[in-house]
Amino acid sequence: MQIVVDLTRCQGYAQCVFLAPDVFRLHGEEGLLYKPSVPDDRLERVRQVAAACPVRAILVGEEVGTGGG
Amino acid sequence: MAGEARDGRIVVVGASLAGLRAAETLRDEGFTGSLTVVGDEPHPPYDRPPLSKQVLLDEAPADSTGLPVRRDPDAEWRLGVAATGLDPLARRVLLADGESLPYDRLLIATGTRARPWPDPAGAALDGVFTLRTREDATGLAARLAAGPGRVLVVGAGFTGSEIASACRKRGLQVTVAERGPDPLVGALGGTLSRLAALMHREHGVDLRCGVTVTALLGDGAGRFTGADLSDGTRVEADVCVVALGAVRNVEWLAESGLAAGPRGIACDAGCRAFTRYGIVTDDIFVAGDVSRFPHPLFGYQMLSLEHWGNAVAQAEVAAHNMVSPGPLRRPHLSLPVFWSTQFGLNIKSVGVPTYSDHIVIAQGSLEAGRLAMVYGYRGRVTAAVTVDMAKSVDYYRHLIETAAPFPPPPGAADRALTADIPLPSDVPDPKGLSHEPVVALTGHLPDRALMVVQPPG
Ligand SMILES: Cc1cc2nc3c(=O)[nH]c(=O)nc-3n(C[C@H](O)[C@H](O)[C@H](O)COP(=O)(O)OP(=O)(O)OC[C@H]3O[C@@H](n4cnc5c(N)ncnc54)[C@H](O)[C@@H]3O)c2cc1C
Ligand code: SF4
Repeated sequence: MQIVVDLTRCQGYAQCVFLAPDVFRLHGEEGLLYKPSVPDDRLERVRQVAAACPVRAILVGEEVGTGGG
Repeated sequence: MAGEARDGRIVVVGASLAGLRAAETLRDEGFTGSLTVVGDEPHPPYDRPPLSKQVLLDEAPADSTGLPVRRDPDAEWRLGVAATGLDPLARRVLLADGESLPYDRLLIATGTRARPWPDPAGAALDGVFTLRTREDATGLAARLAAGPGRVLVVGAGFTGSEIASACRKRGLQVTVAERGPDPLVGALGGTLSRLAALMHREHGVDLRCGVTVTALLGDGAGRFTGADLSDGTRVEADVCVVALGAVRNVEWLAESGLAAGPRGIACDAGCRAFTRYGIVTDDIFVAGDVSRFPHPLFGYQMLSLEHWGNAVAQAEVAAHNMVSPGPLRRPHLSLPVFWSTQFGLNIKSVGVPTYSDHIVIAQGSLEAGRLAMVYGYRGRVTAAVTVDMAKSVDYYRHLIETAAPFPPPPGAADRALTADIPLPSDVPDPKGLSHEPVVALTGHLPDRALMVVQPPG
């Protein structure tokens, strides 16, 4: 499963970093870095994180051609 | 009419961020006809910003940045084949494999490519890279992992600065050469560029500004060994990254009659392409990095943006307009927003900083490395750049959208002492920089002048 964070929207609230530090990480005070490919066993967690992002900047989905489209 | 618009054949050329978002939006908006997406890269759409960040920091492999799909666009994906021409009269897109695709409506989203080193012999040396594609990032990341003695980065725009930052984070020696007076000066103006220069040096980058790289050198066996600079010095390095900005992918449209030039394809606020005579088409749309479009907040100048957020927003408007009758069409007026992460700093820009004559530091300070700088043009707020203050961006976005007076009125709680002291914004002529700007105002400079050719005699 893939994720992309709309960093034009992200305000660095770091909710995601707090909830899934193995996927999201801060570079400095508020620059967000994340792993674009999420292993299947972390998917449920990452979906929860996406729902918890205060600005709904995290998008989770399949890549084209890998089942999704 | 609405029913008709939701049917028929749509072709999207360019299978990256804008192409994917447009395809998804077309289906969201009820398009039921046939949809084909053509892309010259062999991969399904992937995200580029992580290539100069996560990938170079070794936190994600380049082939892991595939873009997630919100909904299945139910499209035929023609990947690994380039569009080579457009016949707008027959309504056909010509492909490199000799086939041609008929369309009722076409979306052009061919983006940009990295500007190569101008001398082909230098560019071909082993160890010389540009950074735009997955393959570029995979190759460069492998070289960085091998622990080169020194990396030379040519050009200190956003991409060059991010590469330098990643090199330092990996403990590599890095030299950055920039023709302009300071890094990022073309995007952010003089004051913030001085902060950027400080960041480079504090992190151990050997920053050389006001110099041009005059030649890339090889060892005779085709391996890059270093470069000569215009100040007479020589830099010895094993890897060179050419970060001179981007070139718009418009060559395939040369015979199409569209207003396609080095600054992009001109379109109206509804994303409809112009012909070279300035006549708007009604079946050819443009979105993303390859477009240039008028923006009322910036004097209706044509904006060429290389911004992730613009590709998304413009693709959504283009797709909506492709399946909507005239009166239901929307303009693409969203405010430009750009981010960059380098040297542990989160830089965000909203509006167009180069459309400015003065700045004030409204929150924070240069010393603190944490600030919000507001840009004004003729007494009106036109842009803001925050460094590690992303939460303030929305506030300034509102000031820009409402054409608030400059300097901005008190609003932010932690207003800085400098908030009422305007300084010149010091935006240089982009011609003096190594790299192309990621935002260009091009309304005053037509790409192609019309000439009336008199028959001889
Ligand atoms: C290393 C890097 C870092 C970046 N970092 C940031 C950042 O931090 N913040 C930010 O806002 N933006 C950033 N960007 C910019 C952002 O990635 C672009 O704005 C975005 O990719 C634009 O999307 P697009 O779909 O318009 O064009 P592109 O992504 O350029 O896609 C165009 C696609 O069309 C294909 N194509 C071209 N010609 C043809 C043809 N004739 N036929 C078929 N296919 C064709 C291309 O190969 C490409 O796949 C970065 C870009 C790079 C390269
Ligand atoms: S939770 Fe959302 S806003 Fe906060 S850092 Fe993560 S993505 Fe950004």
